Amino acid sequence: MITLDHFYLVLGAMLALMAFMSLRDRHNPRRYSTALFWGLYALVYLAGEQMAPALAGLLMVVMALIAGFGGVSLGKYETLPEGERRASAKRLGHWLFLPALLIPVTTMIGATLLADVRIGALPLLEPKHLTLVSMGCGSLLALAAACLLTRTTPMQGMRESRRLLDAMGWAVVLPHMLAVLGLLFAEAGLGKAVAHVTTSYINMDSRLVAVAVYCVGMALFTIVMGNGFAAFPVMAGGVGIPILVGVYHANPAVMAATGMFSAYCGTLMTPMAANFNIVPAALLDLPDKNAVVKAQIPTALPLLAANIILLYFLMNQ
Amino acid sequence: MQAAVNLWPLIGVAVVIAGFVLRANPVLVVVAACGATGVAAAMPVEHILASLGTAFVKTRNLPLIYLLPLAAIGLLERFGLKEHAQASIAKIKSATTGRLLIFYLFVRELSAAFGLTSLGGHAAMVRPLIAPMAEAAAEARNGKVSDKLRYRIRAMAAATDNVGLFFGEDIFVAFGAIVLMQTILLAEGIAVNPLHMALWGIPTAVAAFIIHAWNLRRLDAAIRREGKLA
Repeated sequence: MITLDHFYLVLGAMLALMAFMSLRDRHNPRRYSTALFWGLYALVYLAGEQMAPALAGLLMVVMALIAGFGGVSLGKYETLPEGERRASAKRLGHWLFLPALLIPVTTMIGATLLADVRIGALPLLEPKHLTLVSMGCGSLLALAAACLLTRTTPMQGMRESRRLLDAMGWAVVLPHMLAVLGLLFAEAGLGKAVAHVTTSYINMDSRLVAVAVYCVGMALFTIVMGNGFAAFPVMAGGVGIPILVGVYHANPAVMAATGMFSAYCGTLMTPMAANFNIVPAALLDLPDKNAVVKAQIPTALPLLAANIILLYFLMNQ
Repeated sequence: MQAAVNLWPLIGVAVVIAGFVLRANPVLVVVAACGATGVAAAMPVEHILASLGTAFVKTRNLPLIYLLPLAAIGLLERFGLKEHAQASIAKIKSATTGRLLIFYLFVRELSAAFGLTSLGGHAAMVRPLIAPMAEAAAEARNGKVSDKLRYRIRAMAAATDNVGLFFGEDIFVAFGAIVLMQTILLAEGIAVNPLHMALWGIPTAVAAFIIHAWNLRRLDAAIRREGKLA
């Protein structure tokens, strides 16, 4: 059976290699701290659950301090000259698309057609993490196809990974650390505190005010937490169920669906949803890390207003 | 009577907001907020570290999705993937940045609505294909594109992927959000048919498509304006 743990080891090995390559890159002004950063991250994937929790926590804090004080820095990367790259683009043509498309296509096939394939008693792909495992397989297949197509070694692929990874820098670990903060917020009872504040200071005697508080609250809470899934239980439990359903007899399906979408409007507007908003800014070499958030606000705000109107008129259907 | 609600954990939120306002490094802000929240909840230091560590190991599946494709994408870029994507789009005379992104928005939203959320993504699709194509379509019209507009086009390419994914996937019945909503409502004693929740998502999904497509047409207008000035 191919499991998620296999891909943790693959990524761990990859990150360890990044650390080693950074260490040997004399053009990187901070090569020791850069290598330490990637090395520690490799450890999270290689040792994972065998590590004592407090040690893993300490490791996260050290990584954050290295990244936060500019310890992760760029090195030197060898690229093909512009002319050679254009010549190769002409020579390979549409074949260049093939490995790139292998990733989504393999993920799709793995998650649908291969879901029930078994070898002996065990399923081929770990059912609990089907999509991620399929995507992992797709990435490795794509690497193999790209190597065959361009007649290079996987090692060149690793060098290119380092180029992309270093260009993203600390943005790579931000989504991961934000997820940790989200879990900690939940553990500390933040949801209850927010629901308490909203419901005790706003008068919800008018139906429109109640609908607006529910939708805007979803969006605001998501902006703070970076995740709609964290906002939903709080706002649904604090306003949606007791007031919209309880007092105004809203259809729970409409209340839930529109509420979740209002939360997604919040996701579009927050740097806290780093994997959607900050990582792509880094991936696309944008100088302003909030450029994607800024591009999304003109869609998110009118859509939030549309949600309030839709919920107001559809809730008693 | 209602038990007293502990409001101290709100300190964590205050730290996050202050951090972003002061433009401190986000990674530092997050760790500071973790510390503040833990202290506010009266956890001992060891307990805070252990909570952080457990969560850090538990959530390490998150980066896989954008780290694993890097090797293949990087290799293809080295051998001219971007250049080829740009050359291909420049050949289609009717292509504009806005139209291309509206088409991508449509495909992304529809495929996500059928549960095919992996057909896309920033590392696998936007960086190697969609963003270079969107830039090339603008260059084919205007000849040269200013850096400011180029960055806006790239940001819109990423935004289009997000909008399509978010507002498509939620009308897919087996999606995690639907399951989550059903579980939470059931815990409150309300039984809801997941299919109904998916169906009631459709009006918002349509509104999202219209609003974002309109913004993409505005991007086209901005590109035309710059073309006239040049």
